[in-house]
Amino acid sequence: MSRRTRATWWLGLAALACAGMAHAAGGDLGQTEKQPTNWTAIIMFAVFVVFTLFITKWAAARTKSAADFYTAGGGITGFQNGLAIAGDYMSAASFLGISAAVMTGGFDGLMYSIGFLVGWPVVTFLLAERLRNLGKFTFADVAAFRFGQTPIRVFAASGTLVVVAFYLIAQMVGAGQLIKLLFGLEYWIAVVIVGALMMIYVLFGGMTATTWVQIIKACLLLGGATFMALMVMWNFGFSPEAMFAKAVEVKTGLATAAGKAPEAAAKEGFSIMGPGGFIKDPISAISFGMALMFGTAGLPHILMRFFTVPNAKEARKSVFWATTWIGYFYLLTFIIGFGAITFVLTNSAFLDAKGGLLGGGNMAAVHLATAVGGNVFLGFISAVAFATILAVVAGLTLSGASAVSHDLYATVFKHGNADSTSELKVSRLTTIALGIIAVLLGIAFEKQNIAFMVSLAFAIAASANFPVLLMSVLWKDCTTKGAVVGGFLGLVSSVALTIVSPSVWEATLGNPKGSALFPYASPALFSMTLAFVAIWIVSLLDRGPRATQDRAGFLAQQVRSETGIGAAGASGH
Amino acid sequence: MEADLVQRIARNPKYQELKARRSRFGWVLTVLVLVVYYGFVMLVAFNKAFLAQRLGEGVTTVGMPIGFGVIVFTILVTGIYVRRANREFDALTEEVAREALK
Repeated sequence: MSRRTRATWWLGLAALACAGMAHAAGGDLGQTEKQPTNWTAIIMFAVFVVFTLFITKWAAARTKSAADFYTAGGGITGFQNGLAIAGDYMSAASFLGISAAVMTGGFDGLMYSIGFLVGWPVVTFLLAERLRNLGKFTFADVAAFRFGQTPIRVFAASGTLVVVAFYLIAQMVGAGQLIKLLFGLEYWIAVVIVGALMMIYVLFGGMTATTWVQIIKACLLLGGATFMALMVMWNFGFSPEAMFAKAVEVKTGLATAAGKAPEAAAKEGFSIMGPGGFIKDPISAISFGMALMFGTAGLPHILMRFFTVPNAKEARKSVFWATTWIGYFYLLTFIIGFGAITFVLTNSAFLDAKGGLLGGGNMAAVHLATAVGGNVFLGFISAVAFATILAVVAGLTLSGASAVSHDLYATVFKHGNADSTSELKVSRLTTIALGIIAVLLGIAFEKQNIAFMVSLAFAIAASANFPVLLMSVLWKDCTTKGAVVGGFLGLVSSVALTIVSPSVWEATLGNPKGSALFPYASPALFSMTLAFVAIWIVSLLDRGPRATQDRAGFLAQQVRSETGIGAAGASGH
Repeated sequence: MEADLVQRIARNPKYQELKARRSRFGWVLTVLVLVVYYGFVMLVAFNKAFLAQRLGEGVTTVGMPIGFGVIVFTILVTGIYVRRANREFDALTEEVAREALK
């Protein structure tokens, strides 16, 4: 570490310490939802932070070049990368949100899990190896391989930054709310701590630190969730039927208590075992499914992870491990959700006067942690939830920073002539800027409904990044103009259709019910189709000299994407 | 990569075979995943009663093993691709590279 980085390092630590002290001095005069300060959770989280800061210090010593910063020098193994991808993908929202959805709706909760998982095989079959063989630092390297650099890079950087912004806001607001609930800290303090820690990880440790934070978090989350699921199953003698039967009994009892006739109550109790109101109209269901499935293949922070492994074989292995861990995790959240029906909904210690969950609907897994593992385990799960957010935001920030420094600064402004040192400097400056913006937006959006933001990020990724990536890699006749026009159309239409959809136009912007121009839950079916059709038509009609060059470049691109000959190897210096 | 190297690799029948085999396998599995997933979504949309019927005496419904099955299928199908690619495609790629670079 240079003297300057060391100085900034200590400054960051000092800022963190101040944030902690501000809290201690501030006392517990918060709003009603704020829970009493949970010291077990705070101490466990502090242990996690100290440990990850040591890793960051170790990683900082190895982060010398731009390649180290973006891709950890390409020296991560497939297994490690698989865990890191899982750590990047399993957000606190999916842990708390899906288990809560299962607790409320039973079977319907499974629909989310499956939707989030099915994109992974597609990434494996069509993209992972080719990405590794063609790319260096960002997915724009792949999309722009044979095309005019400036237009594609500008598009890819826009796609990356828009997706990262929505995902980041959702994570920051989620972090603030969650930490207020779990730790009893003020909202803004929580947001500032998340922002400060994420900046430290990314600034000093780059991809190496981010990867290890994600790996550790994945292990903690998988370990904690496994313990909870095992405890639930153990209580039912490891019989799913016994678990389901008890859950139906509890739900029936609740319906009876709410004044339902016995027959209607029994019907309501049993409804958790089959599909309910999740799918209202098939178009929304398909559109939502497409956003989840293909969005996964277009998330810039996930795609970036494929450049951290040395070759195509490790890239392929990493998606296999990622799919396995994520699928396993979703099976656990399902058991956790059903366990929560039995152990949380029947225990008045976790319920408020109206029979709702203390702290809000998403607290199912948190209360279950207390029920099966006591206060210490609650502290552990709370700390893991916080760590989870940190790992996700660090990956997002790194991906946003690389879009600015590698795609815009080094390629567009410097025409590929930027040296590693200045590129690195720009990425660090961008990291600081993104961190500050994320904290400010997180505070500004505190009261907003953020549920649609993650699905919006997926819809944009599916409609803008994914079509351009797939067509540029697999379709010979795709041209620069086609890719840029189609990509931007997908980007703009997915955002516009989301704004005029019921969840934003009516629920968030407060317009009268029924006034939304776009009636469906997700734009992906339309915006993604539009992007593909536009790429196809514009490319076919494109007869300029650039188009000839684009098509002529396909053979060399294909040879490299299939064989990896000439690919940027592991710069394991 | 130099143009003549590209041409040499592209003309190699082994490269053609690698490309064709991997592409066919990848697309077949992709279509399989799409059929399974959207089949499941359509079942949920149009035949809720089928998924909600009891398997036996207990409360477990047909939908539960199917839903869990889709998750396990997703993992398995990824594993099948990776297994074949690790054995067959990598060996073929190595041969192509060896012949091209000698």
